[in-house]
Amino acid sequence: MDIFRGLKAYFWQDKGFLLGSVLGLALATAFGLVYPLLLGVLIDDMIGQGRYDGLLGLALMAVGLVVLKASSQYLHGFSGGRLGNRLAYRLRNACYEKLQQLSFSFYDSARTGDLMSRLTADIEGIRNFIGFGFAQLLNTFFLLVFGFVMMAVIDWPLTLMILALIAVIGVVAIRFEQQIHPVFRSIRAAISNLTVSVQENIMGVRTVKSFDSEAHEMKKFSVGNEKYRSNHLQLAGVWAKFFPVIEFTANLCIALLILVGGLRVIFGSMTLGELISLNFMLGMIVAPLWNLGFQINNFTQSKAAGERLLELLNKPIAIRNVEHPLVLKDDLVKGHVRFEGVSFRYPNHDHQPPALVGFDLDAPPGSVIGFLGGTGSGKSTIMQLLLRAYDVNDGSITLDGVDLRNIELESLRRQMAIVFQETFLFSTTIKENLSYGRSDATMEEIVEAAKLAQAHDFIMELPNGYDTIVGERGMGLSGGQKQRIAIARALLVKPRVLILDDSTSALDMETEHQIQLALRKVMAGRTTFIIAHRISSLRHADEIVVLDRGRVVQRGNHEQLVRVPGLYRETYRIQYADRPEEIESAAGCVRRVTG
Amino acid sequence: MSRQFLYQDDVLIEKPFNWKQMRRLFTFVKPYRKEVARVALVMTLFGMLTRLAIPLVISYAIDHAIKASGGRIPLLYTLTAVMLALYALRWWAQRYTIRKTNEIGQNVIFDLRSTLFKHIQNLSFRFFDKRPAGSVLVRVTNDVNSLQDLLSNGVVNSVIDIVQLCGITVILLVLEPRLGLAVMITVPLMFIVSTSLRKRIRFAWQTVRIKQSRINSHLNECIQGIRVTQAFAQEKENTAFFEGMNRSSILSWNRASALNQLFGPIIEVTSAVGTLILLLYGTHLVRTEAITVGVLVAFFSYVSSFWEPITRLGQMYSQLLIAMSSAERIFEYLDEKPVVAEKPDARELPQVEGHVRFEEVEFGYEADRPALRGIDLDIKPGMTVALVGHTGSGKSTIVNLLCRFYDTVKGRVLIDGIDIRDVKLADLRSQISIVMQDTFIFSGTIRDNIRYGRPDATDAEVEAAARAVRAHDFIVHLPDGYDTEVQERGSALSMGQRQLVSFARALLADPRILILDEATASIDTETELRIQEALGTLLEGRTSFIVAHRLSTIRNADLIVVLDHGVIVEQGNHEQLMRHGGHYRNLIEAQYRFLSA
Repeated sequence: MDIFRGLKAYFWQDKGFLLGSVLGLALATAFGLVYPLLLGVLIDDMIGQGRYDGLLGLALMAVGLVVLKASSQYLHGFSGGRLGNRLAYRLRNACYEKLQQLSFSFYDSARTGDLMSRLTADIEGIRNFIGFGFAQLLNTFFLLVFGFVMMAVIDWPLTLMILALIAVIGVVAIRFEQQIHPVFRSIRAAISNLTVSVQENIMGVRTVKSFDSEAHEMKKFSVGNEKYRSNHLQLAGVWAKFFPVIEFTANLCIALLILVGGLRVIFGSMTLGELISLNFMLGMIVAPLWNLGFQINNFTQSKAAGERLLELLNKPIAIRNVEHPLVLKDDLVKGHVRFEGVSFRYPNHDHQPPALVGFDLDAPPGSVIGFLGGTGSGKSTIMQLLLRAYDVNDGSITLDGVDLRNIELESLRRQMAIVFQETFLFSTTIKENLSYGRSDATMEEIVEAAKLAQAHDFIMELPNGYDTIVGERGMGLSGGQKQRIAIARALLVKPRVLILDDSTSALDMETEHQIQLALRKVMAGRTTFIIAHRISSLRHADEIVVLDRGRVVQRGNHEQLVRVPGLYRETYRIQYADRPEEIESAAGCVRRVTG
Repeated sequence: MSRQFLYQDDVLIEKPFNWKQMRRLFTFVKPYRKEVARVALVMTLFGMLTRLAIPLVISYAIDHAIKASGGRIPLLYTLTAVMLALYALRWWAQRYTIRKTNEIGQNVIFDLRSTLFKHIQNLSFRFFDKRPAGSVLVRVTNDVNSLQDLLSNGVVNSVIDIVQLCGITVILLVLEPRLGLAVMITVPLMFIVSTSLRKRIRFAWQTVRIKQSRINSHLNECIQGIRVTQAFAQEKENTAFFEGMNRSSILSWNRASALNQLFGPIIEVTSAVGTLILLLYGTHLVRTEAITVGVLVAFFSYVSSFWEPITRLGQMYSQLLIAMSSAERIFEYLDEKPVVAEKPDARELPQVEGHVRFEEVEFGYEADRPALRGIDLDIKPGMTVALVGHTGSGKSTIVNLLCRFYDTVKGRVLIDGIDIRDVKLADLRSQISIVMQDTFIFSGTIRDNIRYGRPDATDAEVEAAARAVRAHDFIVHLPDGYDTEVQERGSALSMGQRQLVSFARALLADPRILILDEATASIDTETELRIQEALGTLLEGRTSFIVAHRLSTIRNADLIVVLDHGVIVEQGNHEQLMRHGGHYRNLIEAQYRFLSA
């Protein structure tokens, strides 16, 4: 019950609806139970006695009862629906907001599918249980108690006998639930397996076709398809095993009633009308019992769903503002970045070496800092620390002399713009994608940014220009086109600090060069960080930092680094292999300057 | 300007019922028609008849055993025994039906899904170019699943319901025609009320479903793009957008749910008309001794079980409409013809030498926008060819045509003098390997991924291939070495590592023709150093095509083909082209200009 107490904040303000849902159903049940009594009266007091003067009144009463019952039923349905919907609305908003706030470290280990199912299936489960399931469970309880009390008033020995059979149904229903539960789970697993196998096949279709693996893929798919079928047949098997038993036992109650009740009517200890009342009442009580198993199942599932939701809602946010954070004024920020003795290890990577060790850097406004290094050398880590996607373990990072941790997060991130290694575009128009960081940008500004990023020309060639829909569900763009849009998106923000995380890899040299020229103009007086694998991208940086396993192995500008043996020079040699004399002349050039 | 994400909706409009689709769908049921007939027979005979008979037995018991003067106890025993026998029969019939209907339904679903998947496998690239992966996925999974209920329980239950309705009608009319007719007045009333309400409910739920799927699309995207959102500090804007979306979904949900909840009560009130007639007229008939009390009780039982099948048949119809729109979407794909189809008399292609020729090749992805024009190439076995040019110049298109991912519009592509349109696709592609910029990593172990092109390769061969492309070192440092499971498109690996795996995969497949399509573009420096070493091993003795921007990968090629706007502007080796002083030289010079500018 702790779970529902935890969720109380999301539905308790609608306690009126909760009451309406429970009360409506209870009333409907009560009215329903009165109806068979009327039949008893009809048969015993009117037909039996031959006195028909109250018939019209009785008939109208019966109709009145049906109307009352239907209205109560509607009260239950309406209130339950509203209650559940409002709960779902609040929960979904709360979860979404939470997702927006959770830090990168959470998303490092989170899986999209899992989060999705929490926000959809789990909320659905809670909605149904709080809205309807709870009232139904209570109602089954009421129905059993009141129904049997009324039956017992009419004839208690017979009622006791039937009660014994009802207990059997209860036990069978609960066992049914226990057996069907694991089957449901395996069905869910089968569906997700099938989905993954089809999804991979479609997304990797080029690879599949080029290796001519259609037959292999078909086999893989058949395994999933077969599993799906066999799990569903297993489900049907459980159904086939239990459902007829429950129905048979319920029917036994009726046979028992007719036999024993009939005998008692014959011996005069009960009237025919009472027997018929009992018969109809029994029908009403048995029906919800079939569903008892489902109701219990619903309850346990929604409990588990609630648990998962609360886990998400209560997840601590790793990166948050301090008590009185400094809110940056956009026009007063200069963009002077300093790293002082920064060390960092990714959360949940305790067994692995730190991602960054004792890193120092001074990037005054207007400087361009380049980074080179292999996978896991710590380049991207530096960028993410600068964005304050994570907090440093040791040392500090400062912007204009203020520790990042003391700056209000949103105002900090507004000063920066990053272009990620793997470009992500949203499913909307190019225009919306470009203005993602600045929804108030004018069309002129958007076009200007697109021109700077060498994106304008190809955008104009698309069927709907800036209104072309891109993203997962939209027009397919090439890697280079996506990168250019991402660069334009970052430039439109006019950041004090621009971060390019290997974001020009898919561009040809000439386009890259054009963008560099544009950047030099736009980023004058601002700070730029560039991660790249191409010498041409790093060549003009004021300082180039070469990293290896979280440590700085070399630093200096192009001319300095080309002179000394190391990763930089080696890379240079490969990329410009055909002109070894260039290295010589570069080295000579530096020598001349220094000498 | 407020935030606006756009999601394409699945439009689900009311259309006249499509019998043709329905018939087509039932061709999938045809193989199982004997089983269907058997189940329907069992259920109507045993299941339904028992159900219809019970109220009659009870009615008979009341009139002849219980109410008879002094009571007839032996008859009561006999009648109870009859009831028990009928119930037992029903038990068996139910079990049989549940088992069989599900078996039939699942088999049909299985067949349908296999057919669809197999068909999609054979479709050409043009098909996939136009469609996002998500929408194809939904058809193979959700759309097929949504037919499940219709095909398993739906068919059988409808038969049962119709039989039940007819059965009750006949019984009531036989028991007492006048009362039967009087009570039956409510049936058309119920039909009218329920169908009109049902229609509105259906529309309301369609709106809900559309909005819900919009929410799902947004959630999925928002989670995947969360890093961008946070980096651009757009959390508040996103939350505001979502709240609007959420509110609108809940509002339409409220409407649908309020309507939906109205259905049961309204039907019940309508049925009260029948009850009123039964109470007044029925009692009158008892009074004039036209019917017995037992018959009256039986009428009460039958009338109360009247609206159950009516409601269910109404639901069935809604379900059928939804199912038909799924079926339509499935058939749309099944009707899609593979553009690149194997000829019926396609010949086998024996082990090739690797002599590739393009003759006057012309091609366009769209009808009026040619991507290649007048391409002539003659590539001798074992040559390494570099394709050079700007984005969109047609480099990748040449590669796509060679693999026969598309067919040429004009001209032909020959391998060892054989037109590739004349040979079996499998034979052609098994001799070509391609490594792409974003090669796909399948979920499974690293070993399985390397083995992808040659499933029968031994562990030793896998390892040898990995060593040859210098992937072995990083693989053995993974938690489980070659048996490390990679998930979600290999996201745990870096781009460079993924690329090394795909190099190993290509090498293991041991193709005669190897294509590297921008294979080294997103590789980090360290990895590139290794690949430079590996390339020699990889290219040796094969005809290879390299599409690249980096000079280092290009300059050692035997032939460099320079493309511009779909036309070959120059070809030759590095020295020749540098001497010639055309496009290529400009490109190279430009690189140095950028370096020293």
